[in-house]
Amino acid sequence: MNNRVKTLTETALLISGVNPKKCMKCGKCSGTCPSYDKMEYHPHQFVSMVEKGQIEKLMNSASIYYCLSCMACVERCPRGVEPGKLVEAVRLMKIRQQDANHKNGNDIARIADENVPQQLLMAAMRKYRK
Amino acid sequence: MQKIGVFVCWCGSNIAGTVDVEAVAEALKSVPGVVYSVSYQYMCSAAGQKLITDAINEYKLDGIVVASCSPRMHENTFRKTAEAAGLNPYMVEIANIREQCSWIHKDKEEGTKKAIVLAKAAVAKLKNDKPLKAGTSQVTKRALVIGGGIAGIQTALDVADAGYEVDIVEQRPTIGGRMAQLDKTFPTLDCSACILTPKMVEASQNEKINIISYAKVEKVSGFVGSFKATIRKKARFVDETKCTGCSLCMQKCPSKKGKDEFNMNMNNRPAIYIPFAQAIPNVAVIDPEQCIKLKTGKCGLCEKVCAAGAINYKMEDELIEREYGAIVVATGFKPIDPSPLNEYGYAENADVVTSLELERLMNAAGPTKGTLLRPSDGKHPHEIVFIQCVGSRCDENTERGKPYCSKICCMYTAKHAMLIRDKYPDTNVHVFYIDVRTPGKNFDEFYRRAVEQYGVDYIKGMVGKVAKEGDKLMVRGSDLINNQQVEIAADLVVLATAIEPDPSARSIGTMLTASMDTNDFFTEAHAKLRPVESPTAGIFLSGVAQGPKDVPETVAQASAAASKVIGLLAKDHLVTNPCVAESNELMCNGCSQCEKVCPYGAITYIEKEVRGPGVREVRRIAQVNPAVCQGCGACTVACPSGAMDLKGFSNKQIMAEVDQICL
Amino acid sequence: MIYSYYPGCTLKDRAKQLDLNARTALKAMGIELKELDAWQCCGAVYPQTSDEIASRLSAVRALSDAENGKLITLCSACHHVIKRTNYDWLKDENFRTKATNYLKPEVPYDGSTQVIHVLELIRDEIGFENLKKMVVNPLTGRKIGAFYGCMVLRPGKTLAFDDPENPTIIEQFIEALGATAVTYPYRNECCGAYVALEDKSAAETQVDRALNSAVKAGCEELITACPLCLYNLVHNATANKLPVKYFTELLAEALGVKEGE
Repeated sequence: MNNRVKTLTETALLISGVNPKKCMKCGKCSGTCPSYDKMEYHPHQFVSMVEKGQIEKLMNSASIYYCLSCMACVERCPRGVEPGKLVEAVRLMKIRQQDANHKNGNDIARIADENVPQQLLMAAMRKYRK
Repeated sequence: MQKIGVFVCWCGSNIAGTVDVEAVAEALKSVPGVVYSVSYQYMCSAAGQKLITDAINEYKLDGIVVASCSPRMHENTFRKTAEAAGLNPYMVEIANIREQCSWIHKDKEEGTKKAIVLAKAAVAKLKNDKPLKAGTSQVTKRALVIGGGIAGIQTALDVADAGYEVDIVEQRPTIGGRMAQLDKTFPTLDCSACILTPKMVEASQNEKINIISYAKVEKVSGFVGSFKATIRKKARFVDETKCTGCSLCMQKCPSKKGKDEFNMNMNNRPAIYIPFAQAIPNVAVIDPEQCIKLKTGKCGLCEKVCAAGAINYKMEDELIEREYGAIVVATGFKPIDPSPLNEYGYAENADVVTSLELERLMNAAGPTKGTLLRPSDGKHPHEIVFIQCVGSRCDENTERGKPYCSKICCMYTAKHAMLIRDKYPDTNVHVFYIDVRTPGKNFDEFYRRAVEQYGVDYIKGMVGKVAKEGDKLMVRGSDLINNQQVEIAADLVVLATAIEPDPSARSIGTMLTASMDTNDFFTEAHAKLRPVESPTAGIFLSGVAQGPKDVPETVAQASAAASKVIGLLAKDHLVTNPCVAESNELMCNGCSQCEKVCPYGAITYIEKEVRGPGVREVRRIAQVNPAVCQGCGACTVACPSGAMDLKGFSNKQIMAEVDQICL
Repeated sequence: MIYSYYPGCTLKDRAKQLDLNARTALKAMGIELKELDAWQCCGAVYPQTSDEIASRLSAVRALSDAENGKLITLCSACHHVIKRTNYDWLKDENFRTKATNYLKPEVPYDGSTQVIHVLELIRDEIGFENLKKMVVNPLTGRKIGAFYGCMVLRPGKTLAFDDPENPTIIEQFIEALGATAVTYPYRNECCGAYVALEDKSAAETQVDRALNSAVKAGCEELITACPLCLYNLVHNATANKLPVKYFTELLAEALGVKEGE
């Protein structure tokens, strides 16, 4: 692992509090994920790829914006790995970079229909931009 | 002044790798009382022992310290060496510089320093050692086997075969255990009952074996060779000596709402029942929770129809007291309740079943008479999903199940899948798995047959959720190999639930002072070298009580336990441990603290005339029965007046060790 | 009884019915919800990493301002964020220190506030048996399903709301109001959440699956505690559709105090 990869990996592990080594690769997280079909990389792959230092691939994948934070994988993981937290950490690492907002406030306002609740707008603001 | 010899072992590089053994031997030379100190590659070898023997003779040693591995390994070896050289064997002290030093340190300087301290502490203790003489105790030539499953039956048969009497205490109304509930057994697919029932019959016909069913061990006292057990035989309300097992009472009993435990509560049974056709003893039992007569005083139908006059509604529990030389724990297992893992919907859906329930659903004596039908609507299932590792291999902090692999599930699931495909070729069978673990003779071949010959669909991945949709169970899981999330519309879902020790195990363990692990499996005396013995002398382990096992392994272990029992019962006398507690009459204040903490019941209080300087009066004082005392030392710590002491581990000796380490 | 209450942004706008009916219904049951004097948006999503401090501060302020050690929440999202932040406050010293340094409060929050959802309030402080007695318009004959969604249930250990896989609290609530509670397996799954903004199909799949399952099970209407779930269930269903209401509307209706549409 080069230094950049090492730093990214350490950051992801530190801020998520996830220990990917606890994973037994059973795939239950991916078996339960409602966004599975929308994701290029699936929850179990997040765990494995972070462990192997392939974080940039994940940061540059739209998969990070498809996690619903529904906590189903966190709840059902038999090893207590909490994949959802790792997805969140990688997403934050992406949007915290300069000019790396997935969508800005105007984009969000533009695509929102007239019925969306404030809760959705606020959630999108938090998930898509810094 | 005593003359002490010190022998420092290298244990190859085990000790010498992180401890400068020569420096240790050298350092000990300057300790007052040490007249000889040497190091050697393998002290336990014949040459090493000769080194000790020669030194004892040459230097006229009074005692020796061997700085080596744990006393659990070679204390006995060196005591025998010393004894052969004319020394009292209890004038040998072991300084554990391997497990407690070299193996846990990396820094050689640190390790060497610690090894020197440990050896010096042993010398300090040795200086306070007194020669001790071991006594003997009798061996009662009868064994108690707790649990009448295949493990208990096999152990009992083997012990009886050697000519000793055995009592099997079984908590259920019949022996047979879990194996009696199985339909077929892997990897040969022979009918479980067909191979088990001959053994059950053999046990019942063996003159040396006494089956005490519907009973539990309530109290155990004593020690290896002479245990005393109190067994509560629950009231059956049916006279065992009269009942012929004709089952007429079962047909006439008007109360039919009892849950059939043998069929995993999937159908009802009458209040008076025989658990299954081949039950042993083949004697009915009345369930007092269901019996109308016992609850309301009215009915009495079974009594009227019983030609043998065996019914007795006034029967009471019976207490049996017997003595045993050895006790075998064969308490077995139960599958976990998968209800808390509710994403599988076990609690809400009748068609989500455990593997043991499936055994009954496939068995000719089961609730569906051997035709595989769904519990909800009695229809044939055409799409069946098996889920492996349900409640096994979980992280302990998740509260989702057991941390261990239950070992038997991969194989029984392959068996179920194969049997279903064989009998119902129009039924599709899918198995969600994490790993398929088949380390056993002909096991992997068996699993491959399920896949290759019988076309069972193995899917690598776990199931996230089982959802009921109409009369289908929608099983959503991952297929890791195909990188897909899959959904299968199933008719029946089978959970390969983890197994756990029978709930009775914990209280039995406590009663026997036999140690258990955090999962309530009994701990063996040594994980590799003494796998069928408990660390508590005279207690032996048979079957799943010790850890998850399949039938062949259980039988092998049961026979191994039996051979250990036979080895014990073959002796007329046992050499007792002389390191027992002793109470100083003059110092004892009669407070009873020691009696309360003694786990072996070795301490009694007596009124005795005590004589000493300026004292002559009758006092209430503690007295230790050296034959019962196991030398655990609990009383010496509890004693507030300092009257209680442990031979070989006296307060003075321990303080001398501590002083040496701390000063 | 008067309880401190955190309504949240959505309840002031799109989800007015959730808020208004809660106030009037609870008032009819002898409970007054006293809105916190100053509250800010909870942030709608709980930031799951340990270094997100600022996005959890509004929750800390609300927890700190609650009187008598109890804070009542109603919106699933607000409940989720505030309850999890409260959990962090007790478990994570780093967060506690940093948040306190940032807020510089006169009296630091001591972690003792209990976050209570209105459903929990009804279950634990009033009791479903008592609720049953207060009903004036029993909803007899109506077949109602609950849509829990994720946020009140998971993670189960932190939310400690109900069994996360087989919850029953809303079903008990429905039964107490005299209606028939219909259970269906997808009631605790995600509605598609905020992803609907960018990709409607994500919500459509989820909502359709839930609604199909609810309809098959015999539901004729659904209730929820979450404005986002309601939005997705109503606006992103492509096949089966069911009327969806907030649970407080149903409550007010049964108690005979329903606010106008």
